[in-house]
Amino acid sequence: MTKTIKGIAAPLPLANVDTDVIMPKRFLITITREGLADGTFADLRFDNVGQQRPEFILNNAPWTQATILVVGDNFGCGSSREHAVWGMRQLKIDACIGTGFAGIFYDNARKNGLALPIVSPEARDALLQFSSNTSGAEISIDLDSRTIAAGEISVPFEMDDATQTSLIRGRDDTLDSLEYAGAIRDFEAGLDDAMRVSVIK
Amino acid sequence: MNRTLYNKLVDAHKVCDLPDGDMLIYVDFHIMNEYTSPQAFSGLDAKRLGVWRPKAHLAVIDHVNATRSKEPHDAASKVLIDNLEANCIKHDIAFYGLGDRRQGIEHVVVPEQGLVVPGMLIACGDSHTTTYGAFGSLGFGIGTSEVEHVLATQTLRYKRMKTMRVIVDGNTAPGVTAKDIIMKVVQVVGAGGANGYAVEFAGSAISGLGMAGRMTICNMAVELGARAALIAADEITEAALKGHPHTGQFAFKGENWVSDPEAVFDEEFTISGADIEPLITWGTSPDQSVPITANVPSALDYVSPTAKAALERSLQYMGLTEGQSAQSIKIDTAFIGSCTNSRIEDLREAAKILEGRQVAEGVEAIVVPGSAMTRIKAEAEGLRAIFETAGFEWRPEAGCSMCLAMNDDIAMDGERVASSTNRNFEGRQGRGARTHLMSPAMVAAAAVSGHLADVRNFK
Repeated sequence: MTKTIKGIAAPLPLANVDTDVIMPKRFLITITREGLADGTFADLRFDNVGQQRPEFILNNAPWTQATILVVGDNFGCGSSREHAVWGMRQLKIDACIGTGFAGIFYDNARKNGLALPIVSPEARDALLQFSSNTSGAEISIDLDSRTIAAGEISVPFEMDDATQTSLIRGRDDTLDSLEYAGAIRDFEAGLDDAMRVSVIK
Repeated sequence: MNRTLYNKLVDAHKVCDLPDGDMLIYVDFHIMNEYTSPQAFSGLDAKRLGVWRPKAHLAVIDHVNATRSKEPHDAASKVLIDNLEANCIKHDIAFYGLGDRRQGIEHVVVPEQGLVVPGMLIACGDSHTTTYGAFGSLGFGIGTSEVEHVLATQTLRYKRMKTMRVIVDGNTAPGVTAKDIIMKVVQVVGAGGANGYAVEFAGSAISGLGMAGRMTICNMAVELGARAALIAADEITEAALKGHPHTGQFAFKGENWVSDPEAVFDEEFTISGADIEPLITWGTSPDQSVPITANVPSALDYVSPTAKAALERSLQYMGLTEGQSAQSIKIDTAFIGSCTNSRIEDLREAAKILEGRQVAEGVEAIVVPGSAMTRIKAEAEGLRAIFETAGFEWRPEAGCSMCLAMNDDIAMDGERVASSTNRNFEGRQGRGARTHLMSPAMVAAAAVSGHLADVRNFK
């Protein structure tokens, strides 16, 4: 049960941050979900010889402790790679606040407990401003009431009911859906034979 | 009757509503590749679950394999390739691996095997699964957790999208291809402009396209954020269903797979086909494009400080100066391939430009046919000879290759690529690599010119 996400937020105002940037392909040659923290934002965080880039926000205090990102438009666009979300979770990111997210990224986030509250452009800009402050003040995201509190700022956010429920309950969608096995079998029983795909081996 | 094609497809596949607002939808056919499926299979194992309906799945190797040879180029990619094969054997799933004549890029393989027909719902752990909308079928990309969900239940949890229609009307000029049409749509609607939408493409410039062109359009619709792309099925679609290994084995009747005449869309865009020119991207997002006759934007073209900053960042990464003419951009590499543009029709278009011409000195030019069958057909038609005579390297094996550089085809830091692919993101084709997206014919024109060039000047 997670109802409130609280932490230091880092501003990442770039638009169209794609999943190639979040998780470069050289980290994808793996059959596990683990070991992806170092790959996350790798080309933004590190230079060609592996040194931290001093200009990147997450390399600077207090944002080295950030667990929330305030992001630009269309964050998570591009490839379907869930590795991007796994890596962000392994980097201890609990939430990304933005004006809109790419669809597959949004669904991947929900499956892994990464909250993606959607706010207005004005609210996002105010939160970017707030999180730019070096004092390390925390932002609080209340999933139940769908509101974000940051100092004097209090703004509502959008999140569909199913995603909200999923984040709060932390459930396993696959096991949950199997409770509807009867309905799936009934649906299949209603299909014409010509609607049953059988791939030639 | 006022339903959109999209809503007809969702209605036909709805299993039941769920208490939290989602629905379960039935997946008729599911495709897997070697890099987004391993953790799905291990998820099944951890939960002690089996595969609900093994015959409804196909696995192919395409993302990490070398295209110079059938052998994996390194041990790590071999692990992924072997892992998928082992999982398919264990769960009795069809597997088209390296050396199989049916192997290739998943979205090229599926249509040529006759595995997509109008009215289906198709999912795959790859964002470019929107390609199947070209057949009046609902295709969309999913993450690995959802791959596990489809394997275990043959369904997905789903939220109905809003609907958008993009009408491209009127004749396009000679030299303007399906790639230019979709790049224009991405430019107009914006990179995230269709987030949350299923997009239907309509209008005479769309219905006039063959299936390869329609697939290019639906394929790149994901670059505007569309979760699904659709084109109404018609007689061109019907004709394309004939003559494949699975032809006649299944059909999804019960609905006319077009939007009703009175159907209302939540959002609509209209673009004049006559206004579209051959385009090239100059930046690091697919919506950053200009006509080949134009110049790279300058700060004066933008008002907001954020937009000016974004321009500066893109130009710096791309190594360009503001206001520079598109045709003055010199290239190091030309790449023809990917699920967007590696079909036989694409190779023919590029070959027309290359016949009797030579790749410019200093340019490395590579063509990777989209599937083994495409390669065999192209070789029989004499296309390989044209590419090789012109100085292109003709790859003997099919795969995604330099589109996303997950194999050994990696562009170097600063290397500039004219590319028939779908994404010009920072680092997409290699760390520091600079990608310019364009049609396959435009890549050929750039290859022989040594710089970005107007395909219309090549008669």
